[in-house]
Amino acid sequence: MTVRDAIRFYLNDRLVELSDVAPDRTLLDFLRLDRVLRGTKEGCAEGDCGACTVLVGRLGADGTLAYEGVNACIRFVGSLDGTHVVTVEHLRGADGGLHPVQQAMVDYHGSQCGFCTPGIVMSLYGLWLETPTPSVAEIERALQGNLCRCTGYAPIVRAAQAVSNYGAVVEDALNRERAEITARLEALRDGQRVVVSSARGDLIVPASVDDLASVLEERPEATIVAGATDVGLWVTKFMREIAPVVFIGQLTALQNIDVGSDAITFGAGVSYSQAFKVIAEHVPQLQELWERIGGAQVRNMGTLGGNIANGSPIGDTPPPLIALGATIVLRKGDARREIKLEDFFIAYGKQDRAPGEFVESIRVPRPGADEMFAAYKVTKRRDEDITATLGAFRVRVVEGIVAEVVIAYGGMAGTPMRAKAVEAALVGRPWTMGSIEAVLPVFGEDFTPLTDWRASAEYRMLAGRNLLRRFFLETSGEPGMRIIRHEVA
Amino acid sequence: MSALSDERKPISGGVHVAQRHDSGHKHVAGTAEYIDDIVEPAGTLHAYLGLSTCANGAITAMDLDAVRAAPGVVGVLTAADVPGVNDISPNHKDDEPILAEGRSVFNGQPLFAVVAETREAARRAAHLAKVEYAEEPFDVDVAAARASGGRVVTEGMTMRRGDVPGALASARHRVKGSMTIGGQDHFYLEGQIAMATPGEDDEVTVYSSTQHPSEIQHMVGHALGVPSNAVNVIVRRMGGGFGGKETQGNIFACVAAIAAKAFGRTVKIRPDRDDDMIATGKRHDFVVDYEVGFDDAGRISAVDAVYAARCGYSADLSGPVTDRALFHADNAYYYPNVHLKSEPLRTNTVSNTAFRGFGGPQGMVGCERWIEDIAYTLGMDPLDVRKANFYGETGRDVTPYYQTVEDNIVGRVVEELEASSDYRKRREEIVASNRTSTVLKRGIALTPVKFGISFTMTAFNQAGALVHIYKDGSVHLNHGGTEMGQGVYVKVAQVLADEFQIDLSKVKITATTTGKVPNTSATAASSGSDLNGMAAANAAGQIKERLVKFAAEKYGVPEDAVVFEPNCVLVGNQRIDWAEFINQAYLGRVQLSAAGFYKTPDIHWDRAAGKGKPFFYFAYGAACSEVVVDTLTGEYMVERVDILHDVGKSLNPAIDIGQIEGGFIQGMGWLTTEELWWDDKGQLRTHAPSTYKIPLASDVPKVFNVRLAEWSVNKAPTIRRSKAVGEPPFMLAISVLEALSMAAASVADYRIPPRMDAPATPERVLMTIERLKRAAAGQ
Repeated sequence: MTVRDAIRFYLNDRLVELSDVAPDRTLLDFLRLDRVLRGTKEGCAEGDCGACTVLVGRLGADGTLAYEGVNACIRFVGSLDGTHVVTVEHLRGADGGLHPVQQAMVDYHGSQCGFCTPGIVMSLYGLWLETPTPSVAEIERALQGNLCRCTGYAPIVRAAQAVSNYGAVVEDALNRERAEITARLEALRDGQRVVVSSARGDLIVPASVDDLASVLEERPEATIVAGATDVGLWVTKFMREIAPVVFIGQLTALQNIDVGSDAITFGAGVSYSQAFKVIAEHVPQLQELWERIGGAQVRNMGTLGGNIANGSPIGDTPPPLIALGATIVLRKGDARREIKLEDFFIAYGKQDRAPGEFVESIRVPRPGADEMFAAYKVTKRRDEDITATLGAFRVRVVEGIVAEVVIAYGGMAGTPMRAKAVEAALVGRPWTMGSIEAVLPVFGEDFTPLTDWRASAEYRMLAGRNLLRRFFLETSGEPGMRIIRHEVA
Repeated sequence: MSALSDERKPISGGVHVAQRHDSGHKHVAGTAEYIDDIVEPAGTLHAYLGLSTCANGAITAMDLDAVRAAPGVVGVLTAADVPGVNDISPNHKDDEPILAEGRSVFNGQPLFAVVAETREAARRAAHLAKVEYAEEPFDVDVAAARASGGRVVTEGMTMRRGDVPGALASARHRVKGSMTIGGQDHFYLEGQIAMATPGEDDEVTVYSSTQHPSEIQHMVGHALGVPSNAVNVIVRRMGGGFGGKETQGNIFACVAAIAAKAFGRTVKIRPDRDDDMIATGKRHDFVVDYEVGFDDAGRISAVDAVYAARCGYSADLSGPVTDRALFHADNAYYYPNVHLKSEPLRTNTVSNTAFRGFGGPQGMVGCERWIEDIAYTLGMDPLDVRKANFYGETGRDVTPYYQTVEDNIVGRVVEELEASSDYRKRREEIVASNRTSTVLKRGIALTPVKFGISFTMTAFNQAGALVHIYKDGSVHLNHGGTEMGQGVYVKVAQVLADEFQIDLSKVKITATTTGKVPNTSATAASSGSDLNGMAAANAAGQIKERLVKFAAEKYGVPEDAVVFEPNCVLVGNQRIDWAEFINQAYLGRVQLSAAGFYKTPDIHWDRAAGKGKPFFYFAYGAACSEVVVDTLTGEYMVERVDILHDVGKSLNPAIDIGQIEGGFIQGMGWLTTEELWWDDKGQLRTHAPSTYKIPLASDVPKVFNVRLAEWSVNKAPTIRRSKAVGEPPFMLAISVLEALSMAAASVADYRIPPRMDAPATPERVLMTIERLKRAAAGQ
């Protein structure tokens, strides 16, 4: 196989080729320091404030070009091979003046200090391209990853609702030039492995999943980076050395979703956003949770495989996936093994993954028609917050008796973990509030949660147990159980 | 010159009209320039601070060899390298070193600065320091500080009137309680930053993201050992300030300036967000201990309260902040007998500082807590308790600091909002629905705000402006106010446009610079438009006087026949186009430049006696908030908020509405999800947006109705009879805390004062609910 020694991508209207970029160079530093494009701001350098939001257009598995808002502060330049990066400097109206999103923001007084504004504009631009007349719920969802400290958001939401009064989305430059950009990006796909060496180490972009397997056999010490929503912080916050880095975000073959009659199989590289439609349609019980994973930018970047492989005790997807009985396929070279997801998590910071091995796919059994299933995430702030406690519950009741129950939690132990003592206590009991109350004390056998800045141990235990109460009440048809921000359309 | 006609099109962009932010079109395009966006001069170096990891103790060893040897490092600065005085205390107490000397007094204190070719190199190098400490016990909060003897950073204040012990003893009812109120990080989106360029001789130019350029100038001069006239400070805009850039920019400006002079190159310093949050001050946390006497109607006879604050390791602005807490411990209520005392406690934490409201919000939250206690004790609607205690007629119109409330409109504001929000009916419905709803409980509250406007340090109530008219008729405006997003630039420009009767587009707004207007006060205390608008009007008045005299002489008309009309000047019976008129004045050798000045009249304050008239006027408002709470988890949502707020006769209704909406949401964040959390090492662990949660778009009330009290006209002669708007709306968010309290109180049938502390995180809400349930069950 031939090897290319430069990263290639489009930045606004220019082709960029970089043959000496460091594996940990962030897109934001590249824009601001190397290219002196300073409309994109740094607010937090951890993907939480959105001031650095830019759009990245990439070709999906089916060849369609989609633009997504991402956090430039934790996005590595090496992950951009074959993409189109669009920054605020690229926005224009039809007359060459302000873009409709920008004009609406001005007219509705959507900026005060203005520092978050370019990021907000880019998030709203990404929304408008997909949804020209968004609902308030859609606007709020699009802005989950953008902090504004001045306006209180009300004028921004008003502006977002009015954008289409300022121009038609079909007239937008990215839509008018869609075919041409698609062709250009296709032309960048040369099927070659990319290896860029720099003083700060190597970055490798494998040509295919098989090539990834080879690369990892060659460089088992490499850091695998998919969405960089976690590894990005290793660099920006902890200044850790991560080289060599293998970027896998561009491997469309890892982004397949296979919806089967009894299970859904996700490629490990499927982003939360890519999975959303399938989740909403086939596992609607997880829709709300899914919409509360990070902000929109994090959902566009972060992947299911990454959420599992990094082994966090507070990842949002492992508890519900464990409750559903998910399995994962780990691959090393040509060898594959399938294990239960819950067995992947051995202890805090320790997973069942050998050097050179990678998560290839996740198989998620669909909840049966005779099963009740739900997952609840509890956080300090409703959106874009990290779990205090997250409970997932799957129960099958036969003739009023609990026949099968799987309960998994995040935030209650050093790993995502099943409440096996509670499960055991519940099986065989009648499915009644009395049974629920009777097993609640058993939680203390399963979990000894920690106190930290997100929640005290006492609260985690109390709220965590109450989630089982909520699950019973809700599945028993009690009305008025949940706070609903927006009715699901 | 044009012929007379009766109809003149008014100018565009005058006062009392909704006018867009002057930089709006640049904000959205990414072309509004913040300091980090300025293209650096060739050879610019970057500084980074090394922070302590010890909350209290002597620094026994500081080995910086590895730092110096790191790639790209040009040099390292420690306290010994400060050429002038190593102190940035804003009150000259010499208690705030730029870089620590001998001791670390909080975990995160700056110890040294690395200067390197790139920011990344400097930052990486800063982590290579090997520092050893002889660790000593430390006090992280109010309770610990009290337990260690209650050392203060500055003298507290007392307000006293009447016979409090006697009135409490004879009161029909008494309640006694304590409330903990959390602090708040500013979370300005643009972090602290400064860039300094060395000049000739002792000169230095400093770009600083600051609300207080004159203070930066003073501090940099002090640190360099040079007079103020050697230092020029420039600030075009900040990416948010909120009080966090009133004094907290000092260290960055000083380090940049010292390094710039030391290495002879431009030096920029920008901390990472985490370091910014760890090393710079925040809103003060308070513990309020109170006892209140009242009658069967809920009318207060006596209040005795101590406001103790976590001030951090130094005084900074803690004196005036804790003073202002006392100034607002009455909110809008008359206390016949009152004793209020502040305790500005020294703690081993970052030195707390100004933050929107400046202690006032904490004063007011404490006050609304005892109002709530009275209501739940008597089984009354808290709104009725509030109304029973409003300032009123003579005899009930004097504050605890002996200022008579002369402009009281709180009654009208509250009654109008009560009607427009349908408060009574909704409250009845909520009480009814709470009886049947098992998991979800609702709450509603209507709370007022009365906020005193003026710096309580009377000397600060002055401002200057510099106005030039160039001979083409274009106008250059400069003043001491700084732009942090609040719109002071456009408001003052509107005033100037109105004074000259020219379109706003003819007025060029220019960066705040100490070289143009000297000895300015911080843009703080909501005073920016009040003070600088007046100063600009004064400058315009001087120029207009000269122009009138000139025109009267030149055209042989009486002075009162010279009238400034929209974009022209009427001289006798002819209209002269503005630019033409100005050119004539230039040719007539009229001075077309003026320095304006303003000082607020009629205010005085005797802190030692606790008496005076510290405030020029009061701003009023009220908010009605409704929430829903999940009693299984403590999660909640704000369903609806109605606000009626008084900005006098608004200079710019669009900007003012923006301040009200934004201030309310920021206040809501303070009282709900924004929690500061220190670990057992005295280390702040909520130092980034991943751990410190300010509101998002999806936290905004689902229904959010904000109106101005359009009938209000400031009784005090302020600029165009407007009122300050920066801080007062922040406190409208107290209604959210009170509504959450009501929802929690429902689990005990509203018989027990809920006493929810702040911030009311879901955890605190759930724990309050559990406590009330136990109490109601008699456990």
